[in-house]
Amino acid sequence: MSEIPNELRYNESHEWVLHEGNGIVAIGITDYAQDSLGDVVYVELPAVGAVLSAGDEAGVVESVKAASDIYAPVSGEVVEINEELEDAPETINDSPYGDGWFFKMKLSDPSELEDLLDAAGYAEVVEKE
Amino acid sequence: MGKRTALYEMHCKLGARMVDFHGWDMPLHYGSQLEEHLLVRRHCGMFDVSHMTIIDVEGVEATGCLRYLLANDVARLEPGQAQYSALLNVQGGVIDDLIVYCLHTTGYRLITNSGTRERVVQWLHRHTGGFDLQLTERTDLAIIAVQGPAAISAVQSALNEAECQAIAGLPPFGCCAINDRFFARTGYTGEDGLEVILPNAQAGMLWQELGTVGVAPVGLAARDTLRLEAGMNLYGHEMDETVSPLMANMGWIIAWDGERDFIGRDALQAELQSGVASKLVGVALHKGGVLRRGQRVKFTNSEHCGAITSGTFSPTLGYSIALARAPLEAAREAWVEVRGKWLSVLVGKPVFVRKGVTVFE
Repeated sequence: MSEIPNELRYNESHEWVLHEGNGIVAIGITDYAQDSLGDVVYVELPAVGAVLSAGDEAGVVESVKAASDIYAPVSGEVVEINEELEDAPETINDSPYGDGWFFKMKLSDPSELEDLLDAAGYAEVVEKE
Repeated sequence: MGKRTALYEMHCKLGARMVDFHGWDMPLHYGSQLEEHLLVRRHCGMFDVSHMTIIDVEGVEATGCLRYLLANDVARLEPGQAQYSALLNVQGGVIDDLIVYCLHTTGYRLITNSGTRERVVQWLHRHTGGFDLQLTERTDLAIIAVQGPAAISAVQSALNEAECQAIAGLPPFGCCAINDRFFARTGYTGEDGLEVILPNAQAGMLWQELGTVGVAPVGLAARDTLRLEAGMNLYGHEMDETVSPLMANMGWIIAWDGERDFIGRDALQAELQSGVASKLVGVALHKGGVLRRGQRVKFTNSEHCGAITSGTFSPTLGYSIALARAPLEAAREAWVEVRGKWLSVLVGKPVFVRKGVTVFE
């Protein structure tokens, strides 16, 4: 059973979004995603300052068995990236919702948060996989 | 539901992530393939490889027949010895790679890959028809491979006195049968260890006993990263029926001496004469991603592109490694096309780690 915290929002490409307040969101991949990937060995994150639209490619997460693209779940500017992941990519497996966060964005359109799935909605996505 | 080995329930109880592997339900890992890999290099681990094909060849003409069918020469073996070999077709291509164990002067055991089972059994029946021998596929037997520097002592602590003595003296590639178990000092990881072949009904008990003395279960994912670090070929990747052993770093298994006629000899001879088309090299990518099968390789000194035959992340080395087909004179520097970008790589011998020591150069 994969973990799906209630306070987060999700999209269909298995990413989570946490609204930290002040228009800043943190983004990562879900427990289901890290479990499917297996041991993560490499992460490519967007550059700080990059301006992305929802759905744009934002990076790559690579495990021993496969590479998976990461997308921007919302539109905005990348304001911070998790540099710890470069030397410790396995953090994503150990703590996908905590220390395994990928990057933070400043929202350009806060209403996009409403287009995201809630925990129940994401649970349905996982069930269909 | 795929085919299941005698240890299927054990894997489920241990929480294995099960996957389909050539029609078998096998354990991919039991939590972390990286941890399982490192455990084998540092201590030991056990693998269920009962999905592989075991074929016993017994009879007065067994030796003569296998000398005709296999690239290596079984006449070099005494009972209790094994060798790495291959079944070749008339064009010199590899039908399968295998280990052949000499059980006694008129009996041998072949262990071939699970993915090639039907093809190999068909081939053997077709080409042994004219010889006085019996072929028996041993589906009644399971195989547990215990590999790592502590593997042999771990197995000994799960055996009785007589069995302990029997395996204590086994040299590498040595084998022996005792009671209804067969022990071989062979493996697919580049570490010391044993492969234990035993009746299906006994497999669960041995697996449990080994677990009790601290041997961790290891899945197929780690099996692949271990063999690739050790520079060992995987059938279907480094070679197949269209690839000769000369192109797959397997030239050393071809026993040319004397006038021994074997299937593929003429084709291999012709290939040596006209020039071998390619070789296998080792490739290392220190950062930026993971090398994967099929990616193109461009060498600094050649206009011919090679291709990655097997790629992965090396847990022991901490970076990505691969085997690739290359022109014979390939330079030490190259680029590999990884997800649309050409990344700089180092090229060297097709082996990276042996007995826990980095040997890539």
